[in-house]
Amino acid sequence: MRQPLSVTCLGLGLLLAACGGSSTTPGSAAPITIGVSVSLSGDFSGDGKALEQGYDLWAQDINKNGGLLGHKVTMKYVDDASSTQQVVTNYQTLITQDKVALVFGPFSSLLTIPASTVTDRYGYAFPEPAGGGPKVFTRGLHSIFFVQPAAVEDNLVSYTKWLLSLPSGQKPKSAAYATQDDPFTQPQVDKAKALLEAGGVTTASYKVYPAETTDFTPLALQVVHANADVVVLGTQEPDAVAFVKAFQQQHYNPKSLIETTGPDQGKDFADKVGAGNTEGIMVPAGWTPDAKAYGNDKFVSEFVAKYGGAPGDISADAAEAYSVGQVVDQASKKANSIENKALITALHSGTYNTVQGPMSFDSSGKPQGGVGVYIEQWQGGAAKFVYPTSVAAAKPEYPKPNWP
Amino acid sequence: MTLVLEAAALGILTGGVYALMASGLTLIFGVMRIINVGQGALVILGAYLSFAFFRSWHLDPLLTLVITMPLMFGLGVILQIVFIRPLKTDREALSVLVTYALALGIEGALGYVFTTNYVQLRAWYETASFAVFGFHITYVYVFGFLLCIAILGALFLVLYRTSFGGALRATMLNRTAAQLIGVDVDRVSAIAFGIGVATAAAGGVVFGITNAFNPGSHYDLISRLLTIIVLGGLGSLRGAIIAALIMLVTEDITAVVISPVWATFVFFVILVVVLIFRPQGLFGVRVRDRI
Repeated sequence: MRQPLSVTCLGLGLLLAACGGSSTTPGSAAPITIGVSVSLSGDFSGDGKALEQGYDLWAQDINKNGGLLGHKVTMKYVDDASSTQQVVTNYQTLITQDKVALVFGPFSSLLTIPASTVTDRYGYAFPEPAGGGPKVFTRGLHSIFFVQPAAVEDNLVSYTKWLLSLPSGQKPKSAAYATQDDPFTQPQVDKAKALLEAGGVTTASYKVYPAETTDFTPLALQVVHANADVVVLGTQEPDAVAFVKAFQQQHYNPKSLIETTGPDQGKDFADKVGAGNTEGIMVPAGWTPDAKAYGNDKFVSEFVAKYGGAPGDISADAAEAYSVGQVVDQASKKANSIENKALITALHSGTYNTVQGPMSFDSSGKPQGGVGVYIEQWQGGAAKFVYPTSVAAAKPEYPKPNWP
Repeated sequence: MTLVLEAAALGILTGGVYALMASGLTLIFGVMRIINVGQGALVILGAYLSFAFFRSWHLDPLLTLVITMPLMFGLGVILQIVFIRPLKTDREALSVLVTYALALGIEGALGYVFTTNYVQLRAWYETASFAVFGFHITYVYVFGFLLCIAILGALFLVLYRTSFGGALRATMLNRTAAQLIGVDVDRVSAIAFGIGVATAAAGGVVFGITNAFNPGSHYDLISRLLTIIVLGGLGSLRGAIIAALIMLVTEDITAVVISPVWATFVFFVILVVVLIFRPQGLFGVRVRDRI
């Protein structure tokens, strides 16, 4: 997929407009630019936009507070059209030609993996909000930091714990799995499958499909025919919506349905599947607007003030991007420097507070000791934390109610 | 076995929608000998136009076609006059560049107006279904298929039962000869392009009900549409319909019997085998325009 010139021009135009409109207190040190490749077109364009919003809001906040260690921050975004080739070119250009001081990560493990190879080569710290697939951490890089509460492969662990903790009369007997062949989705589903099989839940069906798939109905038909108690889907938003619709069309009502991405997109998801059809659908989530995490109230209120909508409409992607900024801010204070080398050293030790909760990083950049990933369930038109019970705002609905 | 039959039925129904989208592409190639790689973007534009009317006026998506098809027809005529007609030499190669630029322009404009977030058209028939031997057939696929039959039927009537259709087929057979016998080739081309773009609007609305889409969705679409018209034979309407059905039925059956990963591969094996024995595609004619 090529990068559309028109979209790039538009992105630049918006960037210039945003720069012109900002009213911040300049810091005492020289201003710096932070470069990011975001997906403003292609498969991840919805998520890319949310990342941009999160980063922009953080930049606005940090500049209000005097800048990053006194340096006024300007964000520079380049569209990668969700392409693994373009993302490499973008970081190369940001570092060698634009000479940005710091770089933040793009959306998805798919793009983070090639991008981090480039940023590591130039010695840049690479804090990133959305690349948590196992491959991200197994390439011997020490400059990458995944700013989420847990590594991606563990996203469905809480869900499996909950299912296996159900009373024996309610415990599901079989599960059906389908997942994109994406480094973000497949490891989650594979781990959930292994854990559920170990817990005595038989596998009724397991299918992996290419990320380019546009017609999901045949896949959904297979899941329907498996007639399992539980359905675990490794989806992005378009397929998450398509599966829900296909299950409704076929009048298939599993006792539990969880999708890796899609139902966490708030109103955007409800608009596509219909608000009444969301009831009981689950999704792993590391962040919620109600969470009592560091700076979360401020983030939510500022986000709504800047972009409109309601707290429930905020994409978790935006919170993850904002967290990247929070982590870098704290690391720069700890190191008393914004030099990449110093930041990398600082980030490998200590705990950092974010809107997603506290987190620290091991030598490969994997998050450690965080609060883990929660399970959200749509109840009464809103996604609510239902597990673990220590943070739950509501009890899980099980079995999931039938489609209306 | 039930699953295979269900997949085949689904393939036929969705194949109709792809046939509708590909028909415009093959018609435009047939008349003008140009490859409109912007057809996918025009399908998405059609879907967004329906989305705009659906969002603002709460119109039923299929009903919006009454407005969007004439609009898209007009747009097609204008695009042909402004971008395609000036291409006098090396039309086939230059048209690819021009229509690709058109696709990028449409994508950029849609991104600006509607943002790049995925959207989807909603209607009561998107999830409502009726049972046939235990298998639930969704109304949207049936309506899409009927729409395809109605529009392609109308297209065949225009092509074979009107004097304009005669002029159009004459232009498809031999542009120069048609000009010599008094056919206004420029006018025929503009109208044919308009019809091609109008069918994109019809395909777009069904695509928009069955799939979440964003301005970048045209890349995946155009590659599939081009494959369909190559298998069917460039310029053959009948070929486009048969090829679309072959593509979707093959892919859907492969997806359920073997794996979704093999679905496209199996279709391409069929495509390659057909092209070895019939390089002009299933219903294409060997062109000998330079003697």
